[in-house]
Amino acid sequence: MEHPIHGLTVRGVTKDFHRTKRTHQAENPRFYQRLPQLFKREKETIRAVDNISLEVGIGEIYGILGANGSGKSTLIRCISTLLLPDAGDIHVFGDDVVKESLKVRQVMNRVSVEASFFKRLSSAENLIYAARLYGISAETAEKRARAILERLGFKAKRMNEEMENLSRGMQQKVAIARALLTSPMLLLLDEPTTGLDPKSKRDVQTFIEDIRSERNAVIVLTTHDMAEAERLCDRIAIIDKGRFIAEGTVKELIAQVPSQNGAPATLEEVFIALTGKEIGDEED
Amino acid sequence: MLNLVRETVVSYAFIERNFNLVKRYLSWEILFFSYSIVNALTIGLIMVGRGTSDDVLYLVIGALVWGFLSVMMREVSDAITWERWEGTIEYTFMAPIHRITHLVGSCLFAILYGLLRTGLVLAIMPHFFGEYIDLGRANWLTMGITVAVSSLSFIGIGLMAAIFPLLSPEKGQAATGIIQSLLLLVSGIYYEIEVLPEWLQPLSWISPATYTLKSIRAAMLENASVASQAGNLLLLLIIGIVLIPVGFWVFHVGEKYAKRVGRLKRSG
Repeated sequence: MEHPIHGLTVRGVTKDFHRTKRTHQAENPRFYQRLPQLFKREKETIRAVDNISLEVGIGEIYGILGANGSGKSTLIRCISTLLLPDAGDIHVFGDDVVKESLKVRQVMNRVSVEASFFKRLSSAENLIYAARLYGISAETAEKRARAILERLGFKAKRMNEEMENLSRGMQQKVAIARALLTSPMLLLLDEPTTGLDPKSKRDVQTFIEDIRSERNAVIVLTTHDMAEAERLCDRIAIIDKGRFIAEGTVKELIAQVPSQNGAPATLEEVFIALTGKEIGDEED
Repeated sequence: MLNLVRETVVSYAFIERNFNLVKRYLSWEILFFSYSIVNALTIGLIMVGRGTSDDVLYLVIGALVWGFLSVMMREVSDAITWERWEGTIEYTFMAPIHRITHLVGSCLFAILYGLLRTGLVLAIMPHFFGEYIDLGRANWLTMGITVAVSSLSFIGIGLMAAIFPLLSPEKGQAATGIIQSLLLLVSGIYYEIEVLPEWLQPLSWISPATYTLKSIRAAMLENASVASQAGNLLLLLIIGIVLIPVGFWVFHVGEKYAKRVGRLKRSG
């Protein structure tokens, strides 16, 4: 049976990490008591992403809602070719992210929670460097970046200031410009508004809405901000301990939890009811 | 199939970015440059008053070639280390570029930067050593060709060295020093390789630095022509042709490992 080509198709993706196990030790152990531990290294396996499947259509914003450490960023890294999945497969516009990684990388870009720039270079220098990697000339990059940054409320005259002199919100706006100046067909937004002041947050959210209406891009947005998910996402998946435990539109998710006092449940109540924890909690 | 024009333009991104970083850290560059001068002086002064001017130049050439090698290796591994510290490595690895383009761009910057710094130190040396350093009899063509040909081998070694910071930003940088030290030991930087224990000498035969030093010393001390150094140059070329694919293969294996275990992200 032929599958229709979606913008993004993830089937049964699993990713494990292995780390040295912390073993129980006596309180204030003496040196000779610690010696055996130096040579004994037991490994434990952490399942960061557990058999996740999803499909995102062109022009759709797909939200992934989860607590810190729930596996959101690991999944995004698998999609963006930075991590090799242990099982399952991921296709972007029909191309496998492992086997045809170069082709996939041409149509994709990502904004992560950390802005990640050369801090001593200016935003213009950082953006020109990033654009050149996609075969875009310095002139075109500067023109496009200026247009995007102005729409985000970033004053173009500050483009020549070193990144380290810009606020976190401004750095994040430059990160969004970096992702968009390559005109990606798949945009991965990994907590793009975390830690931003309310004004910057609103600017970024409005801009994401604009992109949706202007371009036929596929957008995946991870967040732990309920209001943001509700405002921006066409469909939302709730992730807990690396697994999707619910998926649907906001209405569909709310319908899964019985209403209290006659009023429908909020998305936050849905999250707590399904995961048994607050969104701000850290996973083990 | 590689689109050579596009890949060359993309390679330039790394050269431009790194020279921009050099400009931003200019005061540090001046400090490192001063260290290179002091280092060459310290080594050269060992022979002043004890040996001939050729002996002084012999050591200074060793110090300069060693300086060039150190700068080059450090810059190549820095290309990865720096990106890991800044967190930009994920964006570079996510860009639609061949790894060969990425690494050749970083290596080209390292060679250009190394040549610039070493050239400046060399230009300053006669002002300190006076009659001990006579650059008038140097064969610059032989020197230039030797540096160009030997750069191929050093790119190959640089690629292998770059894998260490990819796997560990904290310890990887220091690990590249191990390769440098091994080259320092076996390549006859400050002494003839014949003084090495016999069991160690085979390593000097496969070190590109050995032939680089031989040809550069011959060019500077004896005005040796390119033709007279053909044997050394051919060996350098062969080592380069072998080391570059080996270097890429090693880096490819390391990159795959890093992507499997999640080492690209600094905080695990």
